[in-house]
Amino acid sequence: MSRPEGMRSSRHSLQVKFVPDEDVLKHITDDTGTKVRKEKAQLSVSVKRFVKKLENISDNEAQEILEEKNYVAALGICTQDAVGNGSNISGGEVYSFQTPKRSNKMAELASELAQTPEQNVSPDHSKCPEKMAKTPQNSKLSSSNRVQQTSKKKEFVSTTPYRLRKRLAAPDPYLESESEYSASCSEEEEDEEEQKEVSTIISDQKTPAKTKAASTPPHRNSLAKKRKAQKMGNLVEEYFEAHSSSKVLTSDRTLQKFRKRRLNQQTLYDLLKNAPLAYAAEIRDLNQQHESLFSKWMLQLHLGFNIVLYGLGSKRDLLEKFRTSLLQDSVHLVVNGYFPSITVRSILNSITEEVLDHIGTFRSPLDQLEFITKRFKEDSSLELYVLIHNLDSQMLRGERSQQILAQLSSLPSIYLIASIDHINAPLMWDQAKLSLYNWLWYETTTFSPYVEETSYENSLLVQQSGSLALSSLMHVLHSLTLNARGIFRLLAQHQLEKKDNPSYPGLSFQDFYQQCREAFLVNSDLTLRAQLTEFRDHKLIRTKRGADGVEYLLIPVDDSTLTDFLEKEDEDV
Amino acid sequence: MSTCSVSKGCFVFKPSTKKRRLSDKTGHDFRCPSNDSEDTQLRFVTCQSLWNQIKSETEQIQEDLNKQLLDNLVSFLSRSHSDFQEKTTEWTCRMKFREIPTAALVLGVNVTDHDLTFRGLSDVLQDNITPYVALLEAKDCPGIKNLMQKLMGQLMNCDIDVDSMDDEDCVQVSQNRIRCSMPSLISWYDSVTKKTDSETPSKKRNSSSRHWRSPPVVVIFKDMESFTTKVLQDFIVISSQHIHELPLVLIFGIATSPMIIHRLLPHSVSSLLCIELFQSLSCKEHLSTIIDKLLLTSRFPFKLGEKVLQVLINIFLYHDFSVQNFIKGFQLCIVEHFYSQPLSVLCCHLVDIKKRVYSLSHDQCENIRRLPSFRRYVEKQESGKQIELLTNDSFLKEETQKLLEDLHVYHENYVSILRCLHVFTSSLPKYPLGKQIRELHCACLENRVWETEEYESSLQLARMLNKTDLVTMLQQCVEILIASSGKEFDRAIEKLKEFLTQFQNLEVAEASQERDVSVSPQKELQKKTDLYHLQKTLLELKESRRSKKLTKFEMLRFEVVDYIDSLVRRYLVPADNRTLHEIVYFNAAAVLRGHLNAAPRTALHTALNNPHWYLKAFSTVVMAAEEPNADAASSDQVDDVIHARFIRAVSELELLGFIKPSKQKTDHVARLTWGGC
Repeated sequence: MSRPEGMRSSRHSLQVKFVPDEDVLKHITDDTGTKVRKEKAQLSVSVKRFVKKLENISDNEAQEILEEKNYVAALGICTQDAVGNGSNISGGEVYSFQTPKRSNKMAELASELAQTPEQNVSPDHSKCPEKMAKTPQNSKLSSSNRVQQTSKKKEFVSTTPYRLRKRLAAPDPYLESESEYSASCSEEEEDEEEQKEVSTIISDQKTPAKTKAASTPPHRNSLAKKRKAQKMGNLVEEYFEAHSSSKVLTSDRTLQKFRKRRLNQQTLYDLLKNAPLAYAAEIRDLNQQHESLFSKWMLQLHLGFNIVLYGLGSKRDLLEKFRTSLLQDSVHLVVNGYFPSITVRSILNSITEEVLDHIGTFRSPLDQLEFITKRFKEDSSLELYVLIHNLDSQMLRGERSQQILAQLSSLPSIYLIASIDHINAPLMWDQAKLSLYNWLWYETTTFSPYVEETSYENSLLVQQSGSLALSSLMHVLHSLTLNARGIFRLLAQHQLEKKDNPSYPGLSFQDFYQQCREAFLVNSDLTLRAQLTEFRDHKLIRTKRGADGVEYLLIPVDDSTLTDFLEKEDEDV
Repeated sequence: MSTCSVSKGCFVFKPSTKKRRLSDKTGHDFRCPSNDSEDTQLRFVTCQSLWNQIKSETEQIQEDLNKQLLDNLVSFLSRSHSDFQEKTTEWTCRMKFREIPTAALVLGVNVTDHDLTFRGLSDVLQDNITPYVALLEAKDCPGIKNLMQKLMGQLMNCDIDVDSMDDEDCVQVSQNRIRCSMPSLISWYDSVTKKTDSETPSKKRNSSSRHWRSPPVVVIFKDMESFTTKVLQDFIVISSQHIHELPLVLIFGIATSPMIIHRLLPHSVSSLLCIELFQSLSCKEHLSTIIDKLLLTSRFPFKLGEKVLQVLINIFLYHDFSVQNFIKGFQLCIVEHFYSQPLSVLCCHLVDIKKRVYSLSHDQCENIRRLPSFRRYVEKQESGKQIELLTNDSFLKEETQKLLEDLHVYHENYVSILRCLHVFTSSLPKYPLGKQIRELHCACLENRVWETEEYESSLQLARMLNKTDLVTMLQQCVEILIASSGKEFDRAIEKLKEFLTQFQNLEVAEASQERDVSVSPQKELQKKTDLYHLQKTLLELKESRRSKKLTKFEMLRFEVVDYIDSLVRRYLVPADNRTLHEIVYFNAAAVLRGHLNAAPRTALHTALNNPHWYLKAFSTVVMAAEEPNADAASSDQVDDVIHARFIRAVSELELLGFIKPSKQKTDHVARLTWGGC
């Protein structure tokens, strides 16, 4: 299999007797020169022994194999320096044992070696205890490791007979793939006798671990280039590895396991309020710089531009300051885009109802927009400043909302100043909208925390305390009859009793009816059904059919909220 | 009143009517806390008047450029329904009536500029052809019903404009009541046309008298590509059924190519249209005209520096092709310049300079002295004058006035010579100095153009021009120089004219000269056949050619090119070499780019790279400083504050769009940016 060019040349250079190699080694490591020479002597012996075998190999084949090897190397299949054995630098990087393919190969080799006389292996065994400790494989394997290493060295010294080298160099990463092809059946037969040869070499070798260690640097140097290619290949492989499985691996350590109690909005807020703000002075300076732009903004707004602020940090305070310092005497509208239930409609409504004092409704936002446009065009004294915090919020980022806001902002007497935070916010706008908005961009990185913006409970993590849900629950229930409240209470209590059961499906309708009857809350299942419809309309309960077709009722609120609710109810009663 | 609430997202603030200031636009001028307040008012007024001038100029340009297109369209429209006018009942005409006359208006990809074109178009149409023009946009017409509604709304409203205003209310009501369908539209059309027929001519308004008795109904689809095919098809099919009752004309605004009509509409539908194609001016030509009229002129005192112009042109070429945006950028330049440069008060027309210079305050004089270009100028003067300039305000003012006038003259000359040079460079192969004059302008502003390689190679190429080209170019140059307002060009014109006459004289003498120059070497070349001799003769030939005496034409050509070169060296000095250029040239390209072509993402990344943010946000980092082995075991001891800070950091990252809940497991988030899932 491995019949690199060096092989052939070595055949011719037998007469030269390795002088160039010596030079090379000397050149690379001066101190190990003697040891290498010693080794060389052994090699020459083996060379003589196997020299006849070399002649068996046709040049043609060698050439083929060489090409194949280059090709494989170029592909970068031979990689794995990342998984390589760290302590054994060259070995770990050049021969990487840990890949599945490789370890198969190793196992094969090991089993082959296992057939060889025990005594041949054992001395080697004892010679390298530290090696043993490092390699996870069995002792035979580790011995084979050594063989490979020494043989590898020989390969570079280019004296080893072909057959032997071929066997020994089998795990050479560069040749790994072809090894599968070239290991033909006919060769298999020779294995046994070769094994013996191998073992003799092993036993012959008196090279201590030191030699090996000392001789590793040359490998490293000579392989530097190859390893580069290897690294490239590594990247490619890692890439495909990372993308091969769509299953994303995540850890199981959730916040539920975290023994910390969940913070609710209020405690969170209190805690953070007390937390010292780092770099307060610098941030204040930064903000002062931004504030010096206020008059310029005002001017540019009046010249027909609209202003958009971007950059890290909450820009709410900055805009508030702008509002309080410059807009006190003019009509203005502040829109909290981060408000979870903000809609374009509500913005338009506040313009028509509060700014224009119009009473009446509109069929569609477009009609409303038309009305506003008309009014502003008719009355040139009408001016309106619109401040939008987070123009890019979930609720406003839709295409239609942006279109309407853009058209609104294009009115000459409506001055818009807005802030954006989302990293992809500019993608909301196409050319047409951009030209309607007529933005001037201002970078106002404030580094201030997004206190208000993240204060609503739509935020992703943790703090679902449900105080909003609770208050809406209370409100709805207060408007219901006493009986209805009792019904809901029953359901809630039942749900709380079963809160430890994670697979609790809900209360079945029949059971519920029974309980309600016993509590004198309903007199027929029709009245109960009517009540439930009422609840369902207010999204207080959810019904689902179980596998047996029974209807189950569930309150879609978390347990703590429900507990709070029951406590409050008790207070009221 | 606070703007924080859990129940409300919109807050309206209305000051009491007493306190409410009357809207005075001039109230917001260049008052700036850090700046001295003097001259700000004047600066603001200058800025505004300059901008208004430029604005009207650009509108004028736009109008002129569209004139040709609009004229063509108008004639098309008047032709389209001439048969309908004559009320012919011939069968062939009826057959033809099944086809709706359609104008396909190819406008180019700069969609944002189209509004202006369409507005101009509908104005022209309403003045000349018909009062019934409807402008439809795709975003208003998601379905055929909305389209009809919109169409009828617009048509009936424009009817009001023509009608007397008293019956407005009844029409308003009826519009809401009427079922939006083709028959109702036709009956409306009949009633309006009959009404105008029955009216006595004296009662008719001027505007309507210009229309014919049964004017066509024009429906403009502003952005044809964005309409859903279904809506378009339905509308066309329906209206083609009624074309003999309602003289409809369609105008499609097309941004891409006329092929889109056939791609959007199947053959059965497109065969109902009788399409004529109109091409509007390309936006690049439009931009060239704008640059030509706004920048390469001495009419406006304000000038753009090289970098700024480059930024604007790049935004145009690489982002939107929008001339409107270019003009917007230009406006911003003006505002920025007058806002940030206190001396911009001197950036005015020549006639005002004297007055303004002499009314400068001492502080402003100091500002002048601080200008880098002025300091360079002072250093070049002899010591006595230096002291005068630096200490004596009135002397400084005199000098400033002179320098400003110089600057003005420089600019006039610059433009003329630039145009002359452009005549030469724009006809050279491969255009080493660019094809457009704006490229040449940028090159000249950037640095001394005659020191650049491109200029060198263009001169080389110019030395190889043939005679006819050269003569026509010289003639063009003469015209440019004569047309220019610069007074220094009398000599140059004379010189160029002299060249022209010399060329004419040459023509006579040339014929005889040419003959005896070089026939012999050519003949010799034919005799020699062996390689060595051939090589030798060729070398000799080359040698002789090098030393060969030039023909008269060639000499003259060299002279011409050298003369042009001398003009360039004299007049096309980059502006920033001139003293006081800061007053009229706006050079803050970075500011401009920041405002027009911002990179919010970069800003965010830069800010996040700030270690401060990490220290503040990520609890692990915070804790790492105190207890390095913060693992599950110690998580009980996690400080509440740090926990809270972590929670906030997560919320903030979500707000910024870096993460989102993965919905696969509780608490798990998916990364969105930097190559997430």
